[in-house]
Formats: sequence, structure tokens, C-alpha cells
Amino acid sequence: MPPLANVLAQLDAIVLGKPHQTRLAVACLLARGHLLIEDAPGVGKTTLAHALARTLGLDFHRIQFTSGLLPADILGAAIYDRDSAGFRFHPGPIFAQVILADEINRASPKAQSALLEAMEEGQVSIEGETRPLPVPFFVIATQNPGDQIGAFPLPESQLDRFLFRIRLGYPDPAAERALLQGEDRRDLLARLPAVLTPETFMEHQRAAQQVHVADALLDYIQALLAASRQDTRFAAGLSPRAGLGLLRAARAWAWLAGHAYVQPEDVQAVLPALAPHRLFPATGHSGGEDWAARTLLETPIP
Amino acid sequence: MLPLLLALAPHVERLPVWLTLSWLACAAGAYARARWRRPGLPPQRAGKLGAALRLLESRTLKLLLALAGVAGVLLQYGTVIGPSGGIALLVFLSGVKLLELEGPRDRLALLFVGCFLLTARFLDAQGLPTAAWMTLAALSLVAGMAAVQNPTAPWREHGALAAKLMLLGLPVALLLFLLFPRISGPLWSLPHPNAARTGLSDIMAPGRISRLIQSDELVFRAEFAGAQPDSSALYWRGPVLWDFDGFAWRIDHPLPAVPPVASVRGAPTHYSVTLEPHQRPVLLGMPEHPPEVTPPIQSRLGPDLHWQMREPAAHRLRYEADAWLDFSLDPELTPGRRARALALPDGGNPRARALARDWRQRLGNDAAIVEAALTMIRTQGYAYTLTPPTLGADAVDEFLFATRRGFCEHYAGAFVFLMRAAGTPARVVTGYQGGELNPLGRYWIIRGRDAHAWAEVWLAGRGWVRTDPTAAVAPFRVERGIQAALPAGERVGGGVILDGAWMRPLALGWDLVNNHWNQWVLGYNQERQRQFLARLAPWLTHGGGIFWGLGAGAGLLALAALWRLWPRGAGGQSDPASRAYARFCARLARRGLARSAAETPEAYARRVADQRPDLALAVDHITALYLALRYGGQGAAKDLHQAVKRFRPS
Repeated sequence: MPPLANVLAQLDAIVLGKPHQTRLAVACLLARGHLLIEDAPGVGKTTLAHALARTLGLDFHRIQFTSGLLPADILGAAIYDRDSAGFRFHPGPIFAQVILADEINRASPKAQSALLEAMEEGQVSIEGETRPLPVPFFVIATQNPGDQIGAFPLPESQLDRFLFRIRLGYPDPAAERALLQGEDRRDLLARLPAVLTPETFMEHQRAAQQVHVADALLDYIQALLAASRQDTRFAAGLSPRAGLGLLRAARAWAWLAGHAYVQPEDVQAVLPALAPHRLFPATGHSGGEDWAARTLLETPIP
Repeated sequence: MLPLLLALAPHVERLPVWLTLSWLACAAGAYARARWRRPGLPPQRAGKLGAALRLLESRTLKLLLALAGVAGVLLQYGTVIGPSGGIALLVFLSGVKLLELEGPRDRLALLFVGCFLLTARFLDAQGLPTAAWMTLAALSLVAGMAAVQNPTAPWREHGALAAKLMLLGLPVALLLFLLFPRISGPLWSLPHPNAARTGLSDIMAPGRISRLIQSDELVFRAEFAGAQPDSSALYWRGPVLWDFDGFAWRIDHPLPAVPPVASVRGAPTHYSVTLEPHQRPVLLGMPEHPPEVTPPIQSRLGPDLHWQMREPAAHRLRYEADAWLDFSLDPELTPGRRARALALPDGGNPRARALARDWRQRLGNDAAIVEAALTMIRTQGYAYTLTPPTLGADAVDEFLFATRRGFCEHYAGAFVFLMRAAGTPARVVTGYQGGELNPLGRYWIIRGRDAHAWAEVWLAGRGWVRTDPTAAVAPFRVERGIQAALPAGERVGGGVILDGAWMRPLALGWDLVNNHWNQWVLGYNQERQRQFLARLAPWLTHGGGIFWGLGAGAGLLALAALWRLWPRGAGGQSDPASRAYARFCARLARRGLARSAAETPEAYARRVADQRPDLALAVDHITALYLALRYGGQGAAKDLHQAVKRFRPS
């Protein structure tokens, strides 16, 4: 049985009909990346994030981003304590292992950047003091698609910090029927047991990054990066950070699939989640949702 | 600096002392400069050291040095071009250049000068020790170049790199050496300044050959096919001296170029000779009869079997010949030649003339006169010595009747004088006699000290007959060689090395190695190349075969280089697993199931399995093997290869 099969099974029992997305979410976590879910409200974003945290035995906070949100609302603040006659730090909701940053594009850029800096550094600086964030630290941000009034879309540079961007989409009819017939998700979540301890999961994270990568596969990854940079249909190519992320993600995917070594298949599986939010069409080109990934997947495998 | 030193060292023996010393002085200056001065900055030291360094830096000093060097070379050689002057100048200037070494460009320039000087050394010497030394020097030069490119790495690394590069170059060098068309004769003729080698000359005067005897210098090596002849039969013939002026024997004018008149008996002896350069247009051999020579040498054989080349042997020469040891030459003597073989100067040596006239009257026939003369030399207390007393005006008389001590030239000269005075045609022949047999290689080594002179008398009905009066007085000379014939105190100086009993095998072994070097490396000429190629691949010798061979070799090397340099992965074909997989895909493509370049092997396998469930098993197997090989580094290429071989979709 491939590693973490029980985790995936439990997640699929909660998030119905989305095995690929749940698997991508777990792979993203395995690769120590952050996840951006872009979809309409009510398709199960929160459920997925919550289920992930519960299944892996991680503590979970949800932050609802609004236009009035301040950085201190995320990070926490030092508040005067009369008993001890001094300032005491009250940690914000960011001090949890899994954060669901809901509707991140509704907050002001100031609040956004507070979260994004924490994601990048793995620590926060509040009033001159550096505080480490819990390990593992995993941010699932959701974003409403399209141009909505009063939204601050994340700039490209910050999109790059999310390893994957996925879409959940509506469930297919069979899954929908099961959802309608089944128990309330909230009750289910409350009863959901932890399948792993955080320590075990971190071991999986380490092991996943040890999966064998042959020169031929690096050739393929480099060919993809080169294609993204040379193709005139893209405004800009994939960054080296994206390249490193691609390798990490491919390893994680291979680990989940039980492969002893990373194959082009693993790279192709994660590419549609990794590339599109980093690649934008040059002027005059406009593709659909999957356009960037489709274009890249035309790259010959060396 | 070290590589340059190594490259220059062999030149020292040919360079004047002042040049060597000034080079070393420059090198010392350069070393001091490098030691105490930070590059690119003016010297900052105070005191005497600073002053000295500033002096080294000064442009004037370098200019003066360079001019002085040019002047010195001009004075020494009279020219600054050509092999001696040019090299001397280059050596000197390389020393001065050391003083202004600044950055990689200067260093490289100096190293290239070193390379040039290194090859220039081959103009003078091509022996085995030279080659070994040159290899070492070339190695250090290459290491020096590596050091220029990467100054921080340790010397050991540079040495290893240089050795690797030279080893890599070896196949190319070998190919070119073996296959590149050999040019017959030198590309250019360089005047050799060291012409003062000893050798046989056209003049035989008392003392000339004995000077030659003092020399241990190698003259030639000879190898006999079949049985080794006896040492006493080895008369290597050189110039034939016809004319006597009262003091010296010489050739006043050469004989007309007509072939010799001779009849031979028995089978010829086949032998080969490797002749050292000897500056005299004489081919040494045993041409008791005209030899058949390969390769053809620009030479002619006179009627007196004096075998001459057009040009002096400026290069080592190898030839093979057939000689008949049993023959008779000139059964009839033309009147002109007869007169020449009887001619004597008008006056002088009255006692010898009287004795000869007496013999003529008493004995009458030529053969008896020859016998009488030999008997006289044998019985009348004559001695063989390298240090004969000085002779006066009537040299023959003095030698025959007073001193009675002499060397082969004395005996041969006096004997021929007696014969002519008695009316028997006679002449002096010079050459080499005997030699040393190297038992390791079964070949003869003939050195300067084997030089010899003997006589030939013409007897009616027999033609010219070799008569060696030296053999009468010192039979050992002919039977056991020069060393045995001399009194113990007079043994030849070169024997110091060769006569040590324990050294002898070593010396002979070394000579054997040298001989092979000469035969197969230095003597690898057109002829040898042809022979070698004929044995290797006969088609190579026809027409442009050699060029085809060269081209094929170059092509192979280029392919090897291409193979090595071809970007891996880009073509996908350099990896054996990829090649096998590509074959597999091609087979499926013929069944209408082509794989697109961007399709992963697994996706392809699924697609094929969908459309051709009958192939699914084999396709899965091959795909798994390929993936494991290419991306997992697991499994053997052989398995994949065989699986693809068996895969025949219908």
C-alpha cells in the first residue's frame, strides 16, 4: 500500500468526488508548500482544509480576510496586563499548524503581505521580537475567482509563494448525490480521528524529498523551465523557485504514488497545479483556465 | 620558469658559456623580482634591495640586455638566424623575458617559446635519452600552461592534467607517425656546424687514422641475415687511395664512373647497415662486389669499388645490401690504371726502392714479391703501436729500416710503396675492419677505433687481391680487434667504460635499445613505412591508400570526440535505454500508435493498452523496465534491449 493511503482515503470520505485535488493538497503539504484554492464559495474549501488538519493531527485556525483586517489581527499583539504590570503577547490566529486564510483577496495588501511574509519566513516579527511559527506550518488560502468589486487580487510575485493553486469545482452528480444523502459534514469533521501524528507526517515529508531523481528527469524539468522561458506566448518564464518547487512537488507526488523514483508522469501530474498561477499570457494571447499547463505539457520529454 | 629550464637545458652543451650564465642570471633576477615584489605595483622596498628591484624593473636595463644579447650572438655566430645563432638568440631573449613576466599572456608566450626551443633541440640530437628528456620537458611545459590557466591549483594537479592530456594525444601522434606520408630526405637542408666529426678521409697520412682510433664514436651498425661472418672477414670498404705524394696517400682525381668489372662466386651475403651521419660522401659496407641496395640511395660505385654518395650522410641512413665475399675484380688492368697503380714520386725513400728493385730482380714474379714483403714485416722485428715515432722526409725508409714501429697506415702505405717500387700495381684501401658483435641483438657495432687501412695488389689472372700487412705484424688486429692488438698500455681510452667486465652487458644492452630506436623510430622512413603498412593492411600501400587511412583515422577520432562532446539528453539518443525505448516506440508507430514527444511513457502505455489490449502486457513490461532504467537507475539495459527485441507487434 502506498504511503499515506489511509490519509487519502479518509480525506476522500469527507471531500467527495475530488480524489485528485485531495491528493494534490496532501502532496503540497508533503512538499512543504502552501496551497491556494481558487473557487466559488461553498464547494468544500473549508471542509478540505479542516479535514486535512484533523486527519494529520494538526491544530487548525481559520482567518476570515476582510477589507478591515489588520496585520495584528493575524499575527497577534502585545497587550498591557494589569496583573503582571507589563505587556503580554497575545498570539494571533497565525500560530497554528494549518491556517485557512479565507478569501485572501478581500483583505488589503497590508494584511495580505503580513500573511505572505509569515509563509515565506516560517516566523513572524512582532514589535521587534521574532517568534517562530509552529512546525509544520501550512497555509491554505482561498480566493474568489474573477474580478469582484472591492477585491485586491494577489500580485504575481506573491502568487509565486503558493506552491500549488487548485480548483475544486462542483462535484459530479454521483458525488453530489452522496453528499446530499450523507451526514452533515460538520458532524463528520468533529468526529474525524487523527490518522497520523505531526511527527510521523514530518518524517514522510523528509522521506519524500529523498525519492530518487535521475539526471534524465532533471533534464525534463529543465526542458520545461526552458520552454516556459523561451516560449513567446508567456509574458515571463518560471522562476528558479518555481523549478525547485516543481522538483519538490514531483518528489512528493511520487512518494504518494509509491514510486521508487520520480517519473515524468509525476512531473506532469503536479505541473497543472504549479504552473498556471505563475505564468501569464503575453499580450494578445488569452487561453482558458488550463492554457498555461497545456502549453507546457507540449514540451517533449527528453 | 621550471618548464623553460627543462626545455632549455639540453641546449646548454651547444651554447657558449656566457649565454648560459646570463640566462641563469636573468632567471635569478626574475625569481628575486617575483619573490619581493607585488605584481602591478612599483617596488616599495627601501634600501639596497629596493634599489636592485627598481633596477630590474627598469626598461633601460632590459633594452640594454636585449641589445647586448643580440650583439653577443652576432659576435659568436656571425648571424642571428639559422639553427645556431637563432636558437642562441631565442634562449637569451627568453631569459630577458623572464624579467618582465606579467600576467598570463607573458607566461604563455614564454611557454610557447619553450615549445619551439624544445623541438629545435631535435635538430641536433634524436637519440633515446634526448627523446626521454624531451618528453619530460614537454610534460612540464603543458603543466606550465595548465598552471597559467589555473594558478591556484597545486602543481601535482597540473602535472596529472598534463600527463592525461599527453596520453590522450598519444593515439593521434601514433597515427600520424605511422600513417603520415614520410618525406624522403630532409625537408630543408640545414648546414651542420658540428661537421668536425671524425671519419675516414680521402687522404691517408701518418697519424690520421690513429687519431680516428682514439674515438669511441659509433660509425655504423650492421646486421647480417643468417650466419654471422667471422670478424676477420669483415673488411668494411671505404675510399680507395691511388696516389702518393711522398708523404700522404690520396685520391687526386676520382676514377671515371664506370661499373666495376668483376666476377663473383657463391651466394651473396645479405646485410643491413645503419650509418650514423658522418659528413663524408662514403657509403660503408662490404661491397667487395656491387651490392644491391634498398632503398635506392643517390650513390655510385666506382670501378675500384669505392662506393660514394652524392651528398654527405647528414642524417642517419639505413640500407640493405647484398655482397659477394668471393669475387675477382679487374681481371685486366687498363694501361692508364696500371700506370696509376705504379706511380711513385720521383725521389725519396732510396733504400725502399733499392730493396724493391732487388726483389724484382731476384724473385721476378708479383706473388713472390708480395710474399717477400709480408715475410719481411712478419720476421724483421716490426711492432704495432698507436704511438709511432715521428717520421722525417723519407718516411717509408725511416719506418721500414729504422723505427719499425707503426700503425696500420704505416704498414699499408709502406707496403704499397714497396710493391709499386717493385713494379707490382698496388693501392691503399681505407675503411673499417671487424667491429664488436652485440650478442644481445646479433648485430655488429663499428666504432671509430675500428678504422683500418690495408693494401690491394693486382696479380695477373687474379685481379686485385687484398693484402693486409697489418695482419702480418699484428694478426690479433684482424682476428680479435684493435684492443687485442695494442700493447696493454695503449688500449683505447673509450674502453674505460666498455672494458669494465660488469659494465659490459649493460653497455651492450643499452646499445641494443638504441639500435632499435634508430631502426624503428628514427629510421622509420618511406621504405619502412611501406613495409609496415604492407604487413598491416596491403591496400594501404596502393595509390591514395595512405591518405584514406589517415582520413579514416582522423574521422574516427573526430567521431570519438563528437560522441564525447554531444550534448547528453538533448538528443535523447545517447542513452542506451532511450535508444531501446525509441526503437520500441518506432515499432508501435508502424502500427499506428505513435507516441508524442511530450507523452509520458506511462500515459503512452495506457493509451496503447486501451487500443491494443493484446499488447498491454508486453508494453507494460517494457515501459516499467525503461522507467526503472532511465529514471530509477535500476535494472540492466540488456533486459530492456532483449524485451524490445522480442517485441514484434502485428
